[in-house]
Amino acid sequence: MSQVTVLKRNEISSTDESKYNFYKTLSEKRIDLPPVMIETLQINITKLCNQTCVHCHVDASPRRKEQMDLESVDRCLEILASNQTIKNLDLTGGAPELNPHFDYIVTEAGKLKKHVMVRHNLTVTIDGNPVSGESKRYLPRFYAENGVEVISSLPYYQQYFTDKQRGKGVFEKSIESILLLNEQGFGKEGTGLELNFVYNPVGAYLPAAQKSLEADFKRELYKKYGIEFNKLFVITNMPINRFRTQLMKLGAYDEYMTKLVNAFNPSAAQGVMCRSLISVGHNGRIYDCDFNQMLEMDVVIDSEPMTIFNFDYDKLSNRRISFGSHCFGCTAGAGSSCGGATA
Amino acid sequence: MEYYDSNDLKRFNEVGKFGEDLMKKFFDYYNAAIGEDGALTKREKALIALAVSHVKQCPYCIDSYTTQCLESGADPEQMTEALHVAASLEAGITLIHGIQMHNSLERNGAL
Repeated sequence: MSQVTVLKRNEISSTDESKYNFYKTLSEKRIDLPPVMIETLQINITKLCNQTCVHCHVDASPRRKEQMDLESVDRCLEILASNQTIKNLDLTGGAPELNPHFDYIVTEAGKLKKHVMVRHNLTVTIDGNPVSGESKRYLPRFYAENGVEVISSLPYYQQYFTDKQRGKGVFEKSIESILLLNEQGFGKEGTGLELNFVYNPVGAYLPAAQKSLEADFKRELYKKYGIEFNKLFVITNMPINRFRTQLMKLGAYDEYMTKLVNAFNPSAAQGVMCRSLISVGHNGRIYDCDFNQMLEMDVVIDSEPMTIFNFDYDKLSNRRISFGSHCFGCTAGAGSSCGGATA
Repeated sequence: MEYYDSNDLKRFNEVGKFGEDLMKKFFDYYNAAIGEDGALTKREKALIALAVSHVKQCPYCIDSYTTQCLESGADPEQMTEALHVAASLEAGITLIHGIQMHNSLERNGAL
């Protein structure tokens, strides 16, 4: 089995790693987490975003300039075409719609019969591109025409928490955007057009159970706005980048990490998303997951960083996944992943 | 010197230093009553506990149950409403004893 080396880590101190040692926990509980099968190619296609959310592990904002270029996009499509076990294309960012090749990659992936998921922030439809001013009002229709699964962050079904986390006015714009998606058939029974929401806590606490929150969201959003949707994914805030800064400011970092460590759930660990997903950065580099990407923990195999240009499915399937103290975020309680709870 | 230190909440167990068995009985009862879904959900119990914490004005409990309410999916609107339930009970309990006053006024011939 190839050795994986960590090239560079952003904002993870060696003190954190020894104090909150994920490898030690796995060893004590005799848990091994090798890759299962790579089913999802998740591409962080841009760090440009029309929002600057408090919890964002990407540190995305309207000031970011990182974009995946066309050559890399085409290479990703080649990887999808030549690897039938990779069934899903998961586009994230920033706001992935703000990459100039976004529409192209969605339509081409659709032609390859891949299931396309977009991490859509809802407000980009209303705000448009914060740099060029280009309108994005066409997105709901575009998503419907291409059968995209829309996955959108909605911290709560009321304004207070949503705006606190994602910015003033975001809740109102989100509702407007969701209604546009509902008009196209998203979230409605029988249309096959999936609209899923993502909840994450607005502060330094663990999320409530997915099932009960989903019931609350469905009841309240329908009652107040006539909104329908499919599922609610509940995720835990990862103690990295912007959220870590917030925790440090509150003096709550150690308390939060202790909470995550104490809530370690072996069942949740078995379902961690890095076992079935490969994360690709805007620069074509490959990572175990989006969080490792933001911490610049490249996948390195045979002393060489893996990129989309030397992509090797077999080597990736047999790699050792790189873990760190932040991984307690994915294994706490019912677990956390891009698809919600894992236990 | 402050009488209350939020770090002391984590030290609750230490009260069992002189009486481990009774402390264990307390925690077993407490966890069963509050920590599990039963006829009431954990969220409902956390909201009740939050309200009681304010009536009894225990800063440890207020801190702890604020977090527990959030972690069971409650929001500040619901939590504040729970306080009003508690506050209105307190007001009501005070006022209902006014009937005792009326009874006494009657005995005194003043009513």
